[in-house]
Amino acid sequence: MSSADPLVAIDDVTFAYGDAAPVLSGISLTIPRGKLVAIMGGSGSGKTTLLRLIGGQVRPSRGEVRAFGQTVNRLRTRQLYALRRKMGMLFQFGALFTDLTAFDNVAFPMRERTDLPEPVIRDLVMMKLHAVGLRGAAHLMPQQLSGGMQRRVALARTIALDPQLIMYDEPFTGLDPISLAVTGKLIRDLNDALGASSIVVTHDVHESLAIVDYIYFVSEGRIVAHGTPDEVRRTEMPFVHQFVHAEADGPVPFHYPAPDYRAALLS
Amino acid sequence: MIARVLSALEALGARATGMVTRLGLAGRFFWIMLRVSGTSFRRFHLTIREIYFAGVLSLIIIAVSALFVGMVLGLQGYDTLVRYGSAEAVGTLVALSLTRELGPVVAALLFASRAGSAITAEIGLMKTTEQLSAMEMMAVDPMARVVGPRFWGGVMSMPLLAALFSAIGIFGGYLVTVQLIGVDEGAFWSQMKASVDLHEDVLNGIIKSAVFGVAVTWIAVFEGYDATPTAEGVSRATTRTVVTSSLAILALDFVLTAFMFRGT
Amino acid sequence: MMTRRALDIWVGFFLVLGLGATMFLALKVASSATFAAGNGYVIKAKFDNIGGLKARAPVKSAGVVVGRVSDIRFDNESFEALVTMTVGREFQFPKDTSAKILTSGLLGEQYVSLAAGGDTANLKDGDTVKITQSALVLENLIGQFLYSKAAEGNEKK
Repeated sequence: MSSADPLVAIDDVTFAYGDAAPVLSGISLTIPRGKLVAIMGGSGSGKTTLLRLIGGQVRPSRGEVRAFGQTVNRLRTRQLYALRRKMGMLFQFGALFTDLTAFDNVAFPMRERTDLPEPVIRDLVMMKLHAVGLRGAAHLMPQQLSGGMQRRVALARTIALDPQLIMYDEPFTGLDPISLAVTGKLIRDLNDALGASSIVVTHDVHESLAIVDYIYFVSEGRIVAHGTPDEVRRTEMPFVHQFVHAEADGPVPFHYPAPDYRAALLS
Repeated sequence: MIARVLSALEALGARATGMVTRLGLAGRFFWIMLRVSGTSFRRFHLTIREIYFAGVLSLIIIAVSALFVGMVLGLQGYDTLVRYGSAEAVGTLVALSLTRELGPVVAALLFASRAGSAITAEIGLMKTTEQLSAMEMMAVDPMARVVGPRFWGGVMSMPLLAALFSAIGIFGGYLVTVQLIGVDEGAFWSQMKASVDLHEDVLNGIIKSAVFGVAVTWIAVFEGYDATPTAEGVSRATTRTVVTSSLAILALDFVLTAFMFRGT
Repeated sequence: MMTRRALDIWVGFFLVLGLGATMFLALKVASSATFAAGNGYVIKAKFDNIGGLKARAPVKSAGVVVGRVSDIRFDNESFEALVTMTVGREFQFPKDTSAKILTSGLLGEQYVSLAAGGDTANLKDGDTVKITQSALVLENLIGQFLYSKAAEGNEKK
């Protein structure tokens, strides 16, 4: 990875929820400017927690999280809020406000965080919705939209203030093949059009390899592998190989640890 | 045997400390919410929306319940008073019972069940579907934007609902005793007016309802905000709101009554 | 989702209802007999025994409420109770008015009853009523009754 002043740096971070075992143990990674990076791993490997750390929603018990040249875990609330203006986060199922129309949802960050007059907001919202292909659905309520469309509206809301860092939490989960392709295309195009950096947390291998610039593999709280899509496809590393080629058994075992089978049957 | 007793004691102690910790959490929550209340007033339309959902939508249940309570008070009151030849005092009985106690208390209980549980469910659901997190990430403070207006909307609605309850209840009592049974209308109102004091009874009732409003709405927003973000968690939080609110109302009622009506 | 205008209308309606109910309670249901310091004047009276008289008890004359008891204190020099009352300005009483403590009904609350005298000059703000009659104390009555019964018995012997 090029070390020319990364946009985001996670430096030897350890984190645990409450008194449970640590989800992340001494993990380090960097996100360079202008690149689209995927963070992959099995369920519960701590991928979403990384996004939360970058956004300042949680603090590490050890280590530092740096973004836009500031140490996120040391910021006071006001500074944190100022920093978040440069970020956008797309939640797993969109997290649209169910009592507002699609239009009002996208307009929300503009109305709350800027002093722009309504006519300007109207034009901006229409532009964002057009970018995700849902300008015609502006007046609909979230309940009237399909899951994929909800996520696209949420994406329009995420880029409402033209963030320089866009984070996606499992954007491909539960989508049909067409929606998958659409979402992948949007993530790539938006990243390039806005000149932003993007982090995609996912375990959808096929779609990610098609669109990203770099990939990190997380397992048991640390980075076990990283590389470009080509490097990852050709890798010999057992864990990555199993993951990428969707093998049922390998370093991540099929069987949950249990006593000997024969002994259990015969006893 | 000893082990069982010990572990039961341990569980009890853990429960007690858990409750105290929770109370502390609720207290800190209340303080933060007060600090960010500026938004609820600067953008008053947010609070107006909540007054609609908490107050206006509770009107029907308050009005119908008040009517029935007042009518029952009239019937029962008449039935007892007529034995002592004091049937004309039924107006006083109905008015005092309502303005001092039943108006604030029953209205608060109904408010907790209808509006309180709705507020808890709404906030809990927003938490579960990550809407609150999304708001945080958009640099909008959910405490200021979501919790504050709901709290102030509830606090403002409660005294009005209690006054309505008392007024409609008195009307219900009037309907049953004067129109139905035939108690003298003039005596009904004049005895009432002579015995009900503005400060002692009506004002104290309003103070009570304001206190209940704060307690119930505080519990409702806290339980919603603190709910476990699953379907089961939200449902449990909603139940807790109704139960805790009801207990709080009755306990506070005792404390306030002891202070206000001491020795009278 | 309701328009902002519709919301405002409904909330306004709700406020009108609520305030209307409060007004109804305040005016039609409650008696607004509060004699604030502004529109009343203060008179005092000393009693041997105030019985069950409490602050904010009514002050009546000929059965009509004309004022309120504002304060009850113990005078450590004359060893009597000092009752301070506020009477409405529109009610003027002569200087030789008497004050009695009566009970409304058989077991009701106690109040101060003023009976006007014949003096041409009136009581002014801060004046003291000279003629007072204390409350009836049940124990004293019973004691008197028993004593007179015993005396009667003695006489017959």
